[in-house]
Amino acid sequence: MKNLVVKLGAAAIAATVMVTGAWAASAYPKNKPREQDWSFAGPFGMYDPAQLQRGLKVYAENCSACHALSRVSFRNLADLGYSDDQIKAFAANYEVEDGPDDFGDMFFRPATAADAFPSPFPNQEAARAANGGAYPPDLSLMAKARAPIRGFPAFVLDPFRNYAENGPDYIYSLLTGYKDDVPEDVSVPEGLWYNPYFASGTALAMAPPLFDDMHEFDDGTEATVSNMAKDVAAFLMWTAEPHMDDRKQLGFRVLVFLLIFAALLYLSKKQVWSRVEH
Amino acid sequence: MSKLEHHGTYTPTTGVGKWIDARMPLPRLMYDSFVAYPVPRNLNYAYTFGGILSIFLVIQILTGVVLAMHYVPDATKAFDSVEHIMRDVNSGWLMRYMHQNGAHFFFLAVYLHIFRGLYYGSYKAPRELLWILGCIIYLLMMATAFMGYVLPWGQMSFWGATVITGFFTAFPVIGVPIQELLLGGFAVGDPTLNRFFSLHYLLPFMIAGVVILHVWALHVTGQTNPTGIEVKSKTDTVPFTPYATIKDAFALIVFLAVYAYFVFYMPNFLGHADNYIPADPMVTPAHIVPEWYFLPFYAILRAITFDIGPITAKLGGVIAMFSAVLVLFIVPWLDTSKVRSAVYRPWFKLFFWLFVINSVFLGWLGSQPAEGVYVALAQLSTAIYFGFFLIVMPVLGLVEKPRRLPNSITEAVLERSAKTDGASPPLGDPIAVADKS
Amino acid sequence: MTDATQEPEGDLPTRRDFIYVATGMMGVVGAAAVAWPFIDQMRPDAEVRAAGLPIEVDLSAIEPGGTIVVTWRSKPYFIRQLTDDEIAAADTLGEGDMKEYQPAEERIAGPDAAETRNWVIVSATCTHLGCVPNIVDNAPEGWFCPCHGSVFDMVGRILRGPAATNLPLPPYVFADESTLVVGSDQV
Repeated sequence: MKNLVVKLGAAAIAATVMVTGAWAASAYPKNKPREQDWSFAGPFGMYDPAQLQRGLKVYAENCSACHALSRVSFRNLADLGYSDDQIKAFAANYEVEDGPDDFGDMFFRPATAADAFPSPFPNQEAARAANGGAYPPDLSLMAKARAPIRGFPAFVLDPFRNYAENGPDYIYSLLTGYKDDVPEDVSVPEGLWYNPYFASGTALAMAPPLFDDMHEFDDGTEATVSNMAKDVAAFLMWTAEPHMDDRKQLGFRVLVFLLIFAALLYLSKKQVWSRVEH
Repeated sequence: MSKLEHHGTYTPTTGVGKWIDARMPLPRLMYDSFVAYPVPRNLNYAYTFGGILSIFLVIQILTGVVLAMHYVPDATKAFDSVEHIMRDVNSGWLMRYMHQNGAHFFFLAVYLHIFRGLYYGSYKAPRELLWILGCIIYLLMMATAFMGYVLPWGQMSFWGATVITGFFTAFPVIGVPIQELLLGGFAVGDPTLNRFFSLHYLLPFMIAGVVILHVWALHVTGQTNPTGIEVKSKTDTVPFTPYATIKDAFALIVFLAVYAYFVFYMPNFLGHADNYIPADPMVTPAHIVPEWYFLPFYAILRAITFDIGPITAKLGGVIAMFSAVLVLFIVPWLDTSKVRSAVYRPWFKLFFWLFVINSVFLGWLGSQPAEGVYVALAQLSTAIYFGFFLIVMPVLGLVEKPRRLPNSITEAVLERSAKTDGASPPLGDPIAVADKS
Repeated sequence: MTDATQEPEGDLPTRRDFIYVATGMMGVVGAAAVAWPFIDQMRPDAEVRAAGLPIEVDLSAIEPGGTIVVTWRSKPYFIRQLTDDEIAAADTLGEGDMKEYQPAEERIAGPDAAETRNWVIVSATCTHLGCVPNIVDNAPEGWFCPCHGSVFDMVGRILRGPAATNLPLPPYVFADESTLVVGSDQV
């Protein structure tokens, strides 16, 4: 029964993908994220530093008013193509708390490359108080912490097409998905905003954050809501997975090595076993 | 060449070799276990998962030791320290993704290994202890995986720990004290995290210990093989090295290639997005589901929605779930068949595949909400699961008429090669053949 | 086991041998490549390296004859302002008085604008086995290591005891009259 292993393998893979992909039959989000073209998609996909720089601008000038990015340090911005001096100057725009000084008091000083992005609020309670009870989450890991269910058959196909951009697709869809005309069967609580792409309800506390032409980009990219949403989603993918480029490059080398090694082992195995009927 | 000399024995040639052999014959043990050890010549690739599993135990221990160098088991720092590993530690992301996906592939391999054992009757006499040791390894793996999943201290870690330790509250009187004993508090918290880290570090070494016993027991009885017929003469076997080593190595590298694809290209596919949210004791995630390898048991837990006499539905579910694992231990005595391998048991073969499909289906049900039609399906599927072990295995052995068995492994190999092609290499003594080539 | 058959000696390598050798080589290369990240992960990580950037020290509060301890890369450094007498005492020591002679002025520095150069910046880690020496003001003796009794002079040169070398000088630069940068020799 040589094909036992094939059958077992197929059954196991089917089990794996079925259960992981379909872990939660949820009512939300009402609309599935719309898949976008990302420079970092696929086995050879890499981040586009220009796009990440635009995304940083959107984060720094919009999102950072409410959302922290506390797992990212200014030194990490070297990945986006900035020089040490540019990073030093950029960091100096931020103030971070330090201390205690010789008198035991905490004090503020300009941030350095070694500091993380400071949070807009000192703690969760302050953030809630300033935002009508809603807590604007830290965005550092957002692109990995949000993954609406893929459903059948997408989750089976995902490993074969190497689809791993559910997170940025979700962020893009959410930022561009606000709707003014609410369907009749949906009730939106006072003070919330209807968005059919939101993962945990019909509406969320965050008002539509992006508007056309609210920024000017040095590279001439048009500041449409769609462009900005895409750039900031790509930026947040980078903040969540800063080593993705390294990972894919190393992965290619590892897989090529393993496949050649497997081929040689197969030939060796054939040689060895050619001596004996089995 | 006599039969006894067939696979050779260890004869130290150097002075140092003789000196060691007279004092502690470890090289002899290694030689007899992994070089000269005779294995049936007709093993297929389903028999390579034992070797693959031992390599995955090594991968998990090595990457785990590395992660423990950087990880901090403190409720306020655990999540941050994992992110520190992912971002700042040199090659830290690689170590973490290897460990995380390594757990998934460890379980994938162990399930294939268990299914292979069930199919070819590897649990039957005289291999009952070998099988039970394997079941113990599987239990230890489950405990290790569960406690390891708690360590990143994400939302799924926290609530998974809450739910799983909550199982124990189903037992009357002793339940709550047991839960508090496990948690070191009234809820999951710092003491829980600390002890889980300690035990997660300890258990893999206990697994390694039981693996040694497992391999020892294997080398006493020898491997089974697809025919299920015991080795009768030396022509039935080939020496472990090079035959099994090269075949195991090839299968291992192919398996590692699939693993590497997930580590490098889909590292979070098998995980859960909610575990990238730091644990929050005040907010329960919308859908708590265990990792895929626990889902069939999770479905069985939730299938019991009715009281059975004094046993509440909650307790019944917990008992059913634990029984689903423990029933594996008595499989050697449940199967009454005189024939070992499913190859010669047409009905068993059919039921085996039904059981495999049912197990996958149970896993899928475990991922669905416990409501509506899913509950009824889970109850049916649970009944089939236990029915396979408790009814099919004992009854089928008595009523089934097996196909004709070949007289020996060699005969089975001959018959098959005669069917497939006429121009096969000379048969008989594999070593003699090897020496001539 | 008797060796019934023997390969003819001097036989050319066969295709089969080539495959075996190539497979074995791949295994060795693979094992070596896998070993690297397991070693690499123990080197200082990105956060530690970033925290090891140069530090700035305000010197205005230190009187002549005073010593402070600063921390750079998690290790202590002495910053000492010498008096004229102390410099003179250091100058009296010659090659015969110490194990590793170095002229005192090579270990003394100061801001470009200052009239006199009277600052000593040395590692506060004993070159014997890594203890932190105590500060002593007994010119020309400047530091005494409590662990094994090594004695250093006012500019950190080893006078006696088990330590074999002088206290090393870190990279530093005077950014202005009262600001010292430790950890970098570039402003």
